[in-house]
Amino acid sequence: MTIEINNLHKKFGKNQVLKGVDLTIDKGHIYAILGPNGSGKTTLIKSILGMVIPDKGNISILDSPIKKDWKYRKKIDYLPQIANFPPNIKVKELIHMIKDLRNSPSSEGELIALFGLEPFLNKKLSTLSGGTKQKVNIVLTFMFDTPLIILDEPTTGLDPKALISLKELIRKEKANGKTILITSHIMQIVEEMADEILYLLEGEIYFKGSIKELLNRTEQTNFEHAIAAITTTGSHA
Amino acid sequence: MTTSYPHHKYTLVLIMFFMGSMVWAKTWTVCETCEHSSIKQTIQEANAHDTLLIQKGTYREFEILVDKPLVIKGIDYPIVDGEKKGEIFRITSDKVTLDGLFIINVGVSYTKDNAAIRVVQSKNFSIQNMVLEQLFFGIYLEKSSHGKVYHNRIIGDAVDEYNSGNGIQLWYSSDVEVRKNHVQGTRDGIYLEFSDRITITDNVSMDNLRYGLHFMFSNNDIYTKNTFENNGAGVAVMFSKFITMKNNTFRKNWGTAAYGMLLKEINDAEISDNTFEENTIGINIEGSNRIKYINNDFVGNGWAIRVVGACYTNSFKGNNFLYNSFDISYNSKLNDNVFEGNFWSSYTGYDLDKDGVGDVPYRPVKLFSYVVNRTPETIVLLRSLFMDIIDFSERVSPVFTPDNLKDAHPLMKIRP
Amino acid sequence: MPLRPLQQQEVMLKILKYSFYDLIRSRWSYIYFLFYLALGFVLLFLNNDVSKAVITLMNVIIVLIPLIGTIFGVMYYYNSREFTELLLAQPVKRSSIFMGQYFGVAGSLTLSLVLGLGIPFLLYGLMRSNAIFDFSLLLVTGAFLTLIFVGLSFVIAISNENKIKGFGYAVLLWLFLAVVYDGLFLMSLIMFEEYPLDTFSLVATALNPIDLSRILILLKLDISALLGYTGAIFKKFFGTDLGFLVSLAILLIWTVLPILGLRYKARRKDF
Repeated sequence: MTIEINNLHKKFGKNQVLKGVDLTIDKGHIYAILGPNGSGKTTLIKSILGMVIPDKGNISILDSPIKKDWKYRKKIDYLPQIANFPPNIKVKELIHMIKDLRNSPSSEGELIALFGLEPFLNKKLSTLSGGTKQKVNIVLTFMFDTPLIILDEPTTGLDPKALISLKELIRKEKANGKTILITSHIMQIVEEMADEILYLLEGEIYFKGSIKELLNRTEQTNFEHAIAAITTTGSHA
Repeated sequence: MTTSYPHHKYTLVLIMFFMGSMVWAKTWTVCETCEHSSIKQTIQEANAHDTLLIQKGTYREFEILVDKPLVIKGIDYPIVDGEKKGEIFRITSDKVTLDGLFIINVGVSYTKDNAAIRVVQSKNFSIQNMVLEQLFFGIYLEKSSHGKVYHNRIIGDAVDEYNSGNGIQLWYSSDVEVRKNHVQGTRDGIYLEFSDRITITDNVSMDNLRYGLHFMFSNNDIYTKNTFENNGAGVAVMFSKFITMKNNTFRKNWGTAAYGMLLKEINDAEISDNTFEENTIGINIEGSNRIKYINNDFVGNGWAIRVVGACYTNSFKGNNFLYNSFDISYNSKLNDNVFEGNFWSSYTGYDLDKDGVGDVPYRPVKLFSYVVNRTPETIVLLRSLFMDIIDFSERVSPVFTPDNLKDAHPLMKIRP
Repeated sequence: MPLRPLQQQEVMLKILKYSFYDLIRSRWSYIYFLFYLALGFVLLFLNNDVSKAVITLMNVIIVLIPLIGTIFGVMYYYNSREFTELLLAQPVKRSSIFMGQYFGVAGSLTLSLVLGLGIPFLLYGLMRSNAIFDFSLLLVTGAFLTLIFVGLSFVIAISNENKIKGFGYAVLLWLFLAVVYDGLFLMSLIMFEEYPLDTFSLVATALNPIDLSRILILLKLDISALLGYTGAIFKKFFGTDLGFLVSLAILLIWTVLPILGLRYKARRKDF
């Protein structure tokens, strides 16, 4: 088991965002975390990353609890949603810096080549377009070899060519036996990539299962419609 | 020619006088191993107008009475040691000269003002080139006149006011010249009480417990070119009239009640060309009228001028006010004094017509100084942004400070 | 092949280094640096007297350093929020991130101050002047004020998600400590003028880092005015070496408190 979550609660002010999430994520699959706005997707991911501190409940990653720990993050690569970097440093320096901080072996060279970032290496991050920044973001995420990868809206701003590269990259990592969590609002990507769907609703796991199971449950043939219909069809998973 | 005759006669008398004194005056030599080994006894044996030469050595004597006109001159600074038993020289005759003695150990008393040298009801005396140490009072002139106190060095080691005396004291004396003396470590360096027409020039008075120079009830005196430094309370001029103070330097008189100069009940004086530098208060003025302050330099004082109580018809002209925390402090809303044509380092006005005079008046009284007068502890807010803002608003529209207190013609350039 | 795990201090130093480099390359650091450089040159050109320039500088520094520190601190915190999130996802302890950023900002501001003022003063023969002690005191106090106010602004920023609110609170804090506090101080001194106020003045001064710095510098510079009027306790305290050391110690406490606050907030905050 890569991730195990028990009875996770989190409240922001009066807003109870997570209401007892129980979740098990197995090794070597791609999970898509879906749900309407405000359903707690980001809070869940951030809880896993230790950025949000839960009120109640436990999270274990690779069989050890993460409470008051930070070293477990060596085993996670995270692609944040908005890639906004320090404006005055160069791409090369940013990559070097993250490498420097993690102090683990990395393979940024081929990734830079894959996304065609060579011309931008000596440019300051403030001068890059949104798409290029996202490419840098992707390089930073995939250049380390970790068993768990979390991608928050990875396709934002990418051109079609980069999108294909990204998909290949994800598939390759899966083939290497890695566990991958993705949130995305582009259902096509989810349908194409995900082995399992996690559907969050009002702070709870509303549905967990494969796309096929989802289609069966909702009696839909189209994935996008199935997602839209999921809340109207009764029982829990 | 008839007019030359009296002149000739006068010259003749003069020559006869000198010849006569050469014939009659005797010179006595006093030394430790000589026939005359005591100053006191030799004075008794000597006749009027004789000269005593005191050779180098130590003479343990006190209460030496000089009751006839004599010249007592030390050779290579002989030591006269009073062994703290009492007064050392007491001069009761006219025309006495003391020269070149080193006097130490005056007896300290709580009932008598023992002095190293006391001159009583005498005229035409001269006290010069003396060195006085370990003293109580130094040179004490009592009801004496037409004398000279010249080039003496008075070094005290006063610690407390109650058991220390003054360096040079003049009491009911007049027409005395005090020049080129150095006084330090006494209670008051130079003290004048009921003494008129005294000239005090080129003296240095420093490190004294109380005042470097102290006037009480003394009129028509002049003091020039003196330096007063690091005295407990600076210089005090009180209850006196027609004093002229020129070209003196008042420096580093720091402390809770320290002033460069303290004026109290002084009328009709002139204070010009003096330098007041780094004193807590440059001049503290209390109830003093018709005083002219001209061409003085006030540099780096806490307060350059602090006016307490009613002061009328004073005028301040051509002074330089440089980097004082407060230029002028007033404790009333009334002003009858004139400030004109001074240079103020904190003046920020302009001179569009280029005549060397600022086009907008300068207001030297800050609201803050008014506040500090009222509650002294507020000085801890000196140079805080809050006080600067308050001062600025007061300067724009005065509420607390006298409205007419301003220099309408501030100089743009420092007076050289 | 796993590499040697990094110590947390090393990580903090690395973040410090990057924040520092990031800032010293930014336009604002140059402006800040050039401002002090110009100020130093202008003051020396105008009166050509190092001691007097030090006094004038004090007025500027007491007000400006806290303001700039506050604004820079808040701005840097909010501008690097996403970057902070990137760091938070890295195997790095939270406190290391914020400590690193804090020292990065405070360090680069201090460097601008020290170089900006130091260069003109060195050129104008500081070494020959006896103002060297006053001058270094000015720089040390300036450095303390930078550390304190960047720290306070970080605490405010980390406690307020809303940028505008955080910015507002930070400026209000500056306004309070730089102006309002002294106004209240003055009013209480006048209101209770019949009572002995020595101890009160001493405590009230020590409680505000701006006032403390001002008095510390003043006592070395404008001592003639202050000695004359303040009571014995105040003079005894600030006028002695012990008082000087105690004042520096209080400034140090003022520096440490926001840092502790920042660590406390950082441990509990959700991002």
